[in-house]
Amino acid sequence: MSTPRLQIDGLSAISLRDGDRPILRRVSLAVGVGEVHGVVGESGAGKSTIAKAILGIVPSQVKLTGGRIAFEGRDLLSLSRAELRALLGRDIALVPQDPSTALNPSRRIDAQLTDGLRLKRGLSAKDARRRARALLEEVQIRDPERVLVSYPHQLSGGMRQRVLIAAAFGLEPKLVIADEPTTALDVTVQKQILRLIRSLQERHGTSVLFVSHDLGVVAKICDRLSVLYMGRVMEQGATADVLNAPQHAYTRALLAANPRYDRPETGLEPTPPEVIAALRAEIAAFDARAREAPHG
Amino acid sequence: MEHWSPAATIEAEPRPPSVASRLLRDPKVVCAGGFILVLIVLALGAPLIAPMDPLAQNLLLATVPPAGFADAEPGYLLGTDGLGRDVLSRVIFGTQVSLTVAFVAAGLACLIGSLLGLLAGFLGGWVEALISRLVDVWMAFPPVLLSILLVAVLGTGLHSVIAAIVVIDWTRFCRVVRTETMGQAQMDYVIAARTIGFSRPTILFREILPNVVPVLIALLTLEMGIAVVVEAILSFVGLSVSSDTPTWGGMIAEGRQIVHEGWWVLAAPLAALFATVVAFNQLGDGLARSLDPVLRR
Amino acid sequence: MLFAVIVNRMAMALLTLAGVAVVVFVLLRVVPGDPVAMMISPGASAADIAALKAHYGLDAPLFTQFGIWIRGVVVGDFGTSITLHLYVTEVLASRLPATVELAILALLVAVILGGSIAVAGTLMRRTAGEAAIDGLNSVMLAVPDFIWALALVLVFAVALPVLPLTGRIDPSLAEGFATRFYLAESVLTGRFADAGNILSHMAMPTLALALPLAAVIVRLLKQSLKEAMLQDYVLLARIKGFGELRLVLQEALRNAVGPTLALTGVQFTFLIGGTVIVERIFAYPGIGNLAIDAVINRDFPLIQGLVLLFGLIFILINIGVDLTVAALNPRLRHA
Repeated sequence: MSTPRLQIDGLSAISLRDGDRPILRRVSLAVGVGEVHGVVGESGAGKSTIAKAILGIVPSQVKLTGGRIAFEGRDLLSLSRAELRALLGRDIALVPQDPSTALNPSRRIDAQLTDGLRLKRGLSAKDARRRARALLEEVQIRDPERVLVSYPHQLSGGMRQRVLIAAAFGLEPKLVIADEPTTALDVTVQKQILRLIRSLQERHGTSVLFVSHDLGVVAKICDRLSVLYMGRVMEQGATADVLNAPQHAYTRALLAANPRYDRPETGLEPTPPEVIAALRAEIAAFDARAREAPHG
Repeated sequence: MEHWSPAATIEAEPRPPSVASRLLRDPKVVCAGGFILVLIVLALGAPLIAPMDPLAQNLLLATVPPAGFADAEPGYLLGTDGLGRDVLSRVIFGTQVSLTVAFVAAGLACLIGSLLGLLAGFLGGWVEALISRLVDVWMAFPPVLLSILLVAVLGTGLHSVIAAIVVIDWTRFCRVVRTETMGQAQMDYVIAARTIGFSRPTILFREILPNVVPVLIALLTLEMGIAVVVEAILSFVGLSVSSDTPTWGGMIAEGRQIVHEGWWVLAAPLAALFATVVAFNQLGDGLARSLDPVLRR
Repeated sequence: MLFAVIVNRMAMALLTLAGVAVVVFVLLRVVPGDPVAMMISPGASAADIAALKAHYGLDAPLFTQFGIWIRGVVVGDFGTSITLHLYVTEVLASRLPATVELAILALLVAVILGGSIAVAGTLMRRTAGEAAIDGLNSVMLAVPDFIWALALVLVFAVALPVLPLTGRIDPSLAEGFATRFYLAESVLTGRFADAGNILSHMAMPTLALALPLAAVIVRLLKQSLKEAMLQDYVLLARIKGFGELRLVLQEALRNAVGPTLALTGVQFTFLIGGTVIVERIFAYPGIGNLAIDAVINRDFPLIQGLVLLFGLIFILINIGVDLTVAALNPRLRHA
């Protein structure tokens, strides 16, 4: 396999507010060129922390205690703020979770789409606007001119998310991090958005790190998966393999807990307590090993 | 998902520190409060503390610079003014007028404004509408102009200065208290009290008032600072107490006139005024922060 | 919708002004002391005093006096100043431009100074720099324009005698102006030397008025900016690769201005009120200085005219602020 676009090795993080409680426990994963890699887990598993670590926006109460994040070979964690800033927007972009708060309510859509283009590509105002319109067409917005002169509150949630996707893919970045991009949307809109992200990704050869708690969503769009539980990667592999032949008890429990709309006769299954106990033991064992050999 | 083990006990919450101890821990509050105490002492003990008679003129020693400068006279620490009067003693005696106005005027404005505010907030209806309209009209006047107008009309003297301040600034208290009361009146404990059958005045004074008091105290302290400034402005313009009684504003007016010959005549009372205003302001700020749980950061 | 709000406000404003007019009118006449008492020479007979009173219409019953005045006001005749022997409207018109220039210049200085420090404080948030700004600002918030004015007098009279302490312009230059807006006119006609002279006179009163307002702006704007900087859209812009200063100015500022504006407007009315004493201290020939003289001399018509003028200015400022806040909020514009 050629050098992966993104290679995370042994990333660890702790929460300073919570008495140094571990948030990430030596997470390792790789995202290849043109691959959509899903990071799945329940809330609190640490998925967002991985995304924030890549983007350099880890909050002050979280401390990264080890590991490296290699983007095309360069360790992002060792870059200066200026060097990281140069990469952001141009090579690495984000599709955020909540389209209602991710857009500035006081700025027009065209301003919010063109500013990045002008900053990173040096486009003139006219060229940037033309490109913005083309981008909106690419995300299947039928009346791009009207949307461009609108303010965020005048657009629906789905429209706003399309704008955000356009902004993320607009600079043709090498890596897009999608942080639960469909969670805040109606179920009917979710499918469209997923298909849109997939088509854009295929067209531009973009690598995508897709963070989600929803196995159903992840199944539709991801090539490979990393299943995360309490900051530890429990299972990793091609999507079909992981979902059809799960190796780890947690993955099995997750699958069982997911409502299957295509097979309504199967009910929701609560995770059996033995599984939870086994998981806790596994985590505790990891923590014990980590304490004895912090850099092992 | 936390590791929440059932065996973990719930720790008893530590008792929050009392108001007084909190206040005393804030260095700004301590300094400000201390300074005001010093002022009170100076005001009460002026005849004993001031080195000279503030009214004694000595034209042979007019505009003598303060100690440490050339041509200074021993005994006149801050120099003398145009009529040879000791600046330091006059500043000390000036605290009497300033503090009297501060406490009396601010206190009365607070009392009247709060009463009206309580009534407006609690009774609502036409009472509230009337009082609100009154406040709006009142606040359309430029305060300084109004105070000058009132004093010019009521005649000079401490009572008119106090009256002027009260008449102008009661609105400040009324607005705040009205808003607070309206907010409190919606609260569950008030509704509960009413269902139990407490009469309205009882509810007003026993339930609502204690919750309004913290904001009021902070506002009162701030108002004292404002009152001191208004008095200074009025005596600057010549509309306060008679020109014999030493006031900081009067000294400032004279100092302004002779600023080239004797800058200390302006500097000393101005510094005193500045320190007093800042002290009241910091105290009020500190009180607001300590007493209002919302503001505490 | 907006139109209805404006009309409603104007109606309220007129009502308030009417109330103000009545209060002042009554106040002046029911309490002791009148202009005649200020004007008579010692030894004047009772008949002389009575004649003088009749001359100024002060002997008629209160209601009649008010009626006469109101009738005049409606047609734009505010009476004649008793001390200056000119129409009140003329007097006000001749002195108002000076105060308008002073107030607007002070507002500009306050906004620029306060705004810059607020932005700097936001960039320095959670560092010692911000703590220093907060500490200094907390003291500055306590100091009224009166004290600033006199402190400036002290500094520039004694330590640095480089600025004139009184007046608006060198008397020798005062002739060559078509309007009373000396500063605006000199700048617009390219007479920069004259403008410089006027500015040197206006420097201290402007600063005295601007500093309290700047302190308020620093506190409000910095708070709003810091809150805006926590929002998701700022985070996303940061991920797009924008630097801190750009984030503050491009993303946070326009969302922070709204809440600051409303309170700044109120503070601006205090600034206008402050012109009364600041103009006095610097002998600046505006309506503030005029007001003090009018009151001391019990010049009733002039006092009434001034109070109405101040009241009108306050109300206009409040309406202006409300309109600006509404205009700046895209949600309200496209409602």
